[in-house]
Amino acid sequence: MSTLKPEISSLDHIQGTDSASITIVEFGDYQCPYCGDAYPIMKEIEETFGHQIRFVFRHFPLANAHEFAFPAAIAAEAAGLQAKFWEMHDALYENQYRLNGELFEELAETIGLDLEQFQRDSASEEIKRKIEDDFDSGVRSGVNGTPSFYVNGTKFDGGATDLYQMLKESAE
Amino acid sequence: MLQKGDTAPDFELNATPDQKIKLKDFKGKNVILAFYPADWSPVCSDQMALYNEMLKYFNKYDAQIFGVSVDSVWCHLAFEENRKLHFPLLADFEPKGAVSKAYGVYDDEVGESKRALFVIDKEGEIAWSYLSPVAVNPGADGILDALEELSKK
Repeated sequence: MSTLKPEISSLDHIQGTDSASITIVEFGDYQCPYCGDAYPIMKEIEETFGHQIRFVFRHFPLANAHEFAFPAAIAAEAAGLQAKFWEMHDALYENQYRLNGELFEELAETIGLDLEQFQRDSASEEIKRKIEDDFDSGVRSGVNGTPSFYVNGTKFDGGATDLYQMLKESAE
Repeated sequence: MLQKGDTAPDFELNATPDQKIKLKDFKGKNVILAFYPADWSPVCSDQMALYNEMLKYFNKYDAQIFGVSVDSVWCHLAFEENRKLHFPLLADFEPKGAVSKAYGVYDDEVGESKRALFVIDKEGEIAWSYLSPVAVNPGADGILDALEELSKK
């Protein structure tokens, strides 16, 4: 059974509190249509199960298959440096149908980032490394496609809908 | 299915219409063989697409990866081009499935290779093998663990 490596740390992007009983980690790619489909379901899971859920997102861009996957991950990380990772994350999935190289600045403006700072950060090596570290973590944890989910550190064998179903059944 | 410690059977298979790959030419390098049922499975969860993103990891361990299926070279070429794959896919096409059979990973009923992984060391000995359920993409963590182990030798 594949387990999450390394464990969640302060370097991660986290929604929800440490006291949540269920931690879900998603390895995702902003250009992957299956991740796009999973996005509203993850929102629904967070709404339905509220404070029971802690949600972590790690990047797993399939850069050869999806030309905007890596640049999109950079945009999310650059927004993160201005404490708006999740705003950019949401905006990227909500606009996935029109993902292209010019979209990132438009979204940066929409969510109210300092644009100059955003551009500077987008070129930083540190951000690139952070994304590669996430990818590395995915590879070591047995990610075999996107999205891949981990529930309390163990690989979940299924998609977002299966995850929702499983949570609903275990809550009953 | 061949296991750790077995000698990897040599083979000569086409990677392109005019390029043949011989296993024995890769002595001195680690080799990963990824047998899979067929080209053209769904994109994002595609095993070959994952390995394509991982070539730099394999390089680090001085390992060359080959995908192997019973599809023809022309099918492989179209698939590689469509998915922008940067490693060779070998056609176990004629006689059909002969190499898959030699490694013990041929499914007679459907006439395709099973989904199986082999890591072969620099001397041509199998260091690790793994058979995955056909519908499950086995990922790459097992391959990396095996290569890691070899690098410690």
